[in-house]
Amino acid sequence: MKKENTAFRYLINLVAIIILMVVFVVLSFHSNNTLKLKVAPAVWQCCYLIIMAASLNLVLGYLGQLSLGHCGFMAVGAYTSALISLALQRAGFYTEKNSIQFAITLIISIVAAAVVAALIGVIVGIPALRLKGDYLAIITLGFGMIIVNLINNIPFCGQQGLAEGAASSALYANGLGFTNDEKQSFMWVGVLIVVLCMTTMVMFVRSKFGRVIRAIRDNEIATSATGNDISYYKILTFVFSAFFAGIAGALYSCANVSLATTSFAFTNGSILNSVFIVVTVVVGGMGSMTGSVIAAIGMFLLNYTIKNGSWVNALPEFLKNVFTYPMLVYSIALVIVILFRPKGIMGDKELSLFDIPGYPKRIASYFKNKKAAKEV
Amino acid sequence: MSTFMQFITTGLRLGSVYALIALGYTMVYGIIKLINFAHGDFIMVGGYTLFFTIPAFMKLGLPGWAAVFIAIIVCAVVGMLVELLAYRPVRKRGNNLTSLITAIAMSFILENLAQAIPAIGPDPRVPYMLFNNDIKIGSFSISVATLITIVVSAIIMIGLYQFTQKTKIGRAMRCVSEDKQAAVLMGINVNKVIIITFAIGAGLAAVAALMYIAQYPKVTTTMGATLGIYAFVSAVLGGIGSLPGAMLGGIIIGIVQSGTSTYISSSMADTFVYLILIVVLMVKPAGILGKNIGEKV
Amino acid sequence: MEDTRKTVLRTQHLGITFGGLKAVSDFNIEIKEGELVGLIGPNGAGKTTVFNLLTGVYKPTEGAIFLYDEKISGKKSHQVVQAGIARTFQNIRLFHQMTVIENVLVAFTKDVKYGLFSAIFRTPAFWKTEKELHEKAMELLKIFSLDDKADVVASNLPYGEQRKLEIARALATNMKVLLLDEPAAGMNPTETADLLKCIKVIREKFKVAILLIEHDMSLVMNVCERIQVISFGQTIAAGLPEEIANNQQVIEAYLGK
Repeated sequence: MKKENTAFRYLINLVAIIILMVVFVVLSFHSNNTLKLKVAPAVWQCCYLIIMAASLNLVLGYLGQLSLGHCGFMAVGAYTSALISLALQRAGFYTEKNSIQFAITLIISIVAAAVVAALIGVIVGIPALRLKGDYLAIITLGFGMIIVNLINNIPFCGQQGLAEGAASSALYANGLGFTNDEKQSFMWVGVLIVVLCMTTMVMFVRSKFGRVIRAIRDNEIATSATGNDISYYKILTFVFSAFFAGIAGALYSCANVSLATTSFAFTNGSILNSVFIVVTVVVGGMGSMTGSVIAAIGMFLLNYTIKNGSWVNALPEFLKNVFTYPMLVYSIALVIVILFRPKGIMGDKELSLFDIPGYPKRIASYFKNKKAAKEV
Repeated sequence: MSTFMQFITTGLRLGSVYALIALGYTMVYGIIKLINFAHGDFIMVGGYTLFFTIPAFMKLGLPGWAAVFIAIIVCAVVGMLVELLAYRPVRKRGNNLTSLITAIAMSFILENLAQAIPAIGPDPRVPYMLFNNDIKIGSFSISVATLITIVVSAIIMIGLYQFTQKTKIGRAMRCVSEDKQAAVLMGINVNKVIIITFAIGAGLAAVAALMYIAQYPKVTTTMGATLGIYAFVSAVLGGIGSLPGAMLGGIIIGIVQSGTSTYISSSMADTFVYLILIVVLMVKPAGILGKNIGEKV
Repeated sequence: MEDTRKTVLRTQHLGITFGGLKAVSDFNIEIKEGELVGLIGPNGAGKTTVFNLLTGVYKPTEGAIFLYDEKISGKKSHQVVQAGIARTFQNIRLFHQMTVIENVLVAFTKDVKYGLFSAIFRTPAFWKTEKELHEKAMELLKIFSLDDKADVVASNLPYGEQRKLEIARALATNMKVLLLDEPAAGMNPTETADLLKCIKVIREKFKVAILLIEHDMSLVMNVCERIQVISFGQTIAAGLPEEIANNQQVIEAYLGK
């Protein structure tokens, strides 16, 4: 609670963020094939996965409500940003992506994506006032499905976009979609957006809003018995969470030249779907923002190494067969994490830069305790 | 008129399949308060078992449909294994959400394990067609498969309902779902009840698989995922934890789906199914036949 | 001696029916500023239902509730609290995963003036408010000698302190009437004695009116100025503690005829 201490912590975190940004700006303009073909696409994927996990954590970890349709908001954001940028492109507002006009387009698209998703968030938030637990979960699942189903049926969102061609489950034209070169040179933009979003969410959580929301999770009746309007805070959280899922959707549009609704489904064979975002939040730790970041990156890397790692080829034949289905290894890993850390990697604690110097000691003592426990 | 009858029979048939699957969801949910995401995949297990056993039965001169008994046994065993190896250990350590995540993981494991088995592989298989002739009553014709699906489902549901009301183990099931702690105090072996519930639920999924492939002769490793979601929606719509609710919910979802496909557009079916669900839950938060238990202050 | 204190809380023919069952009927009570009134009655008499009516958890099917001259029946739970009635619960309802000080801070929320913008951009207004609230919360915790446990997670507190924290949290809403629902339930004699001291301190420091539900008769007889007894939703007696102790109807209600 000491003011100087808080100021010092803010300063250190700010410095850390600046260093991170400098590193990514340098990487963005460094010509290198590995960077261009492997790192940049991976960074973009991580960007939207992180925002998705963190924004769902607001609802799941802090408000304590299970939402199974989070990717629906992302779909809204992705399509909104893709169509707006496409309209601006077709209107001749910008022609190439290294222009100030494109920067404006990008900002407009992202803001629009967030706002439209947030509006949909209001609609989904209203049932949350009446329903709880598994019933709310199934309603959010329903909304997610309806969003995807409607997008499939709107000619405006299909094929070439803006009603050119019939309704379809895929949108092939996208004003934001970056090529590999652009993915690299715009990489720092993605990271910057993640930093901004994460900061906003952390500030939200560490204010009266976060306090009341956690209170609702712990005991709804007591929260209203302390004079707080739970309906207001519940809707606010749903809207806030949807807002960021919309931004994640816009980043998805940047990272993909064409959009397909299956990417935003309830489940599918990949790691981007509503169920897997839930899994990421739980693995990272419900109520831990840094946990969500760690889990999103970790889950991505696990998936990536299984899919692309050369070590898979070195395995014996029968095992290789198993590894051609990354989801199998993935889910086994998941069960193992859940069995050994039921509260997720971080629990409800946050990883702070100030804790890191103490970690080697803590890990050592953890193992010592384990050993001692075994000997007893 | 014939379009209308067509839509009703298709709806009832689809609904019966959903209802059979929904029963499994509802029973498990009633007892351990877990959305068993892997339940849909039991249908897939049943589907593949049937794919292999129907031709074998025919070769032996037995009726093809009798293979369903093998499928029931296989599914029941898989169901019990999932409970024993995954759910039970996690239930002891974690909370509701960790159980849910385990269920999701089990669903992925079953789907992908099936793909990794060389005899199954990722490509769809076409099973032997059963009951593929029609019965004509005047100008109206109905396929044998439809008739059998509706009749068999109805019989199973009535039987299951009687089972939970009249038998000792059925009563134990209802006790556990009302109050687990009290059931333990009454000397009920809760773990035994849970495992039997899983076996019954998975067995019903095998029957549903037979009905399903008689209608859509295609078996894939992900067939359970979509079917499972519709069935789960049915269970919630009817009031999760209630057996008649699951049946009612299944029929409603089946009718809505077939109605949308017949009169509007098959691609809009999802929207209508979920819209109905949302509207019903907004009016009756615990589903049509569910009991709404508010928190006592 | 005529009581000149102003009436804080008053009900008129308050009643509620649950599906044909009259849980509470024709309930009338008047509580004056700084007064401590006890509400007693056998199990299932409807005492907690009265609390739920007073705090807006249930909507009364008949009658009305007034806080000073403002009609508060029909308001939502959080509006009733904002108007000035706070409560504790029979089964403790803390925010168990949050720290002691956070539990109190949540009750201060309605006094927080900063909005979403200030929270996200950490404006000076944010820091100022947060600092003031922390100081206020610590002061309040000090009264209950919980200040040294401010950063302990609530569920890790011993039982007696959890009860105290719940009272502290109710006081933080800055109310005029405090409703305590069986605060001594499950406490051992030392904890009860401690609670008694606590209630006395609250009355001195905050000058609030208290309505108390309690089964521990020694506690009720000890602290209450007046007592009202209900049985099967009906008021059967009201008066001074010694009157109640000798009331034939009350004895019958508790022991049967």
